[in-house]
Amino acid sequence: MAVRTVLQFGPSSATASLTAKVNPLVIFNICDCFVRRPDQAERVIGTLLGSVLPDGTVDIRNSYVVPHNEFSDQVALDIEYHHTMLKSHLKVNPQEAIVGWFSTGLGVTGGSALIHEFYSREVSNPVHLTVDTSFGSGEGTIKAYVSVTLSLGDRPLAAQFQEIPVDLRMIEAERVGFDILKTTAVDKLPSDMEGMELLMERLVSLINDVYKYVDDVVEGRVAPDNCIGILISESVACLPKLSPPVFDKLINDNLQDQLLLVYLSSITRTQLSLAEKLNTAAQLP
Amino acid sequence: MANTMARSFLQAVATEEVATPLRVVQIEGLVILKIIKHCKEFSPALVTGQLLGLDVGSVLEVTNCFPFPIQEEDEEIEADGANYQLEMMRCLREVNVDNNTVGWYQSTMLGCFQTVELIETFMNYQENIRRCVCIIYDPSRSNQGALALKALKLSDSFMDLYRNNNFTGEKLREKNLSWVDIFEEIPIKVSNSALIGAFMTELEPDTPVTQGDYDRLQLSTNPFLERNMEFLIECMDDLSMEQQKFQFYYRSQSRQQAQQQAWLQKRRDENKARKAAGEEPLPEEDPANPIFKPIPEPPRLESFLITNRIANYCNQINGVTGQSFNRLYLTKALHDN
Repeated sequence: MAVRTVLQFGPSSATASLTAKVNPLVIFNICDCFVRRPDQAERVIGTLLGSVLPDGTVDIRNSYVVPHNEFSDQVALDIEYHHTMLKSHLKVNPQEAIVGWFSTGLGVTGGSALIHEFYSREVSNPVHLTVDTSFGSGEGTIKAYVSVTLSLGDRPLAAQFQEIPVDLRMIEAERVGFDILKTTAVDKLPSDMEGMELLMERLVSLINDVYKYVDDVVEGRVAPDNCIGILISESVACLPKLSPPVFDKLINDNLQDQLLLVYLSSITRTQLSLAEKLNTAAQLP
Repeated sequence: MANTMARSFLQAVATEEVATPLRVVQIEGLVILKIIKHCKEFSPALVTGQLLGLDVGSVLEVTNCFPFPIQEEDEEIEADGANYQLEMMRCLREVNVDNNTVGWYQSTMLGCFQTVELIETFMNYQENIRRCVCIIYDPSRSNQGALALKALKLSDSFMDLYRNNNFTGEKLREKNLSWVDIFEEIPIKVSNSALIGAFMTELEPDTPVTQGDYDRLQLSTNPFLERNMEFLIECMDDLSMEQQKFQFYYRSQSRQQAQQQAWLQKRRDENKARKAAGEEPLPEEDPANPIFKPIPEPPRLESFLITNRIANYCNQINGVTGQSFNRLYLTKALHDN
């Protein structure tokens, strides 16, 4: 009749659905702060700002670094700086509140627990984000943790950092273009037409790939995969089924509208140069 | 020996005064993302922010930025704004960010940013900083897939004229200044630290098609073009109003001259009559007479700015329609297949 007390994890059901969405700006900011850190500091620590969405996901949108000092197992955080920056950021964007904190370096250390405790006094259930800038495990890892209390029976024992999935929403970065953000120097921003050109080339190569794949399957060189076949037929079926004359009329109408606009803008330009000549050249005797 | 050394040192210091012209603006990826996020969050409201960085030779490096809060129309908030700026700069200084203001950024709606306020802000900044630049970001055009980021600065000749408030027709003709010369666009270079490059290479998804491509391939550009046309029409109205002002001025000036001639003629006749009668001739000029008062020439600045705006809209329309042609032909080809 041994009564066995089981080591219970705290409310795991809540954390199971918790994910963190990270804006690429946050990663950029953290890397930039890490590059600028004072010489004796090994890592940088800072606050994460964002909001908690109604479905429980934590949306991390902004961040700022907070100066700190770290000794063997003592950590001193500049709290006043943290509050000043928070106030300034709230002036610009009152919806961004503290959702957690970040630190560079792989894994969590003893000092992290203290800092996490400090942040849990500011906001309930803070998220701890680690960005491994030293690429210790061969790749840049970004992990997020929440603190989960371990309790033995009814007595709270300790807190554990439990990892939660991180969703890196790179849509903004994609819009800007990874080519610009990847390399160390880009000579000029691509103009509209150049972007269009690159896009066309990519589209053509994609279509060629699909074509080759279908050819291979028909010839029997590659084993057919039903899922891919269904996807291909679905995308081809997406093209609107219009009879040729209707479709032609649609396209021609659109073309003519655009041509009209181009004509209008050329006329306006001519008008501008005429007006300028009249204005500045006119002089009275 | 020491004398010649000293002189050459003085010479070297003296020649430092010639500033190298600004040729390129180097922005960090971080700044671009921050600007995009700030402008997008508050669009369609227009927002501004401060740029920080370094001024190195012919390159202006922008390494960080921070946004300004939206200012209410209240006098006491003015001091708050200055306080906010000082606090932000102080805090950023503590974490080793460049504390040097090099300009400001602002968002715009479809490119109608050439206003008198912009010029005023430029003059304000120019008094304190030797070289400053303004970055304009257009979130509505970036929804079409292009990155609408521009770096602007006022041309030197325009600044001299504006400072002396000398905006008459003759002065402009003298300097051969037309509406094209007000703003100068500077090419932008993007730089990133190697760490960021490593992260981005890592995090880049494997799909060959990105969100930017989806935006560019959108067939519906009508709302954007419609709004562009609306703005264009409004600006044409403004321009025609300015033209009318000029015409009125010219007409009244020629009328005044005719009046002056007539009056002068009458005076001369009177004088002849008086000379014949042996009296003193009256003076040929009469400054108290209102027809001799010079009519003030209307300032040309507004019309120049409007012209700039119109040219901008035309360029935008051209760009978008060019892209639409591409897309339409692509759709046609796809359908034929």
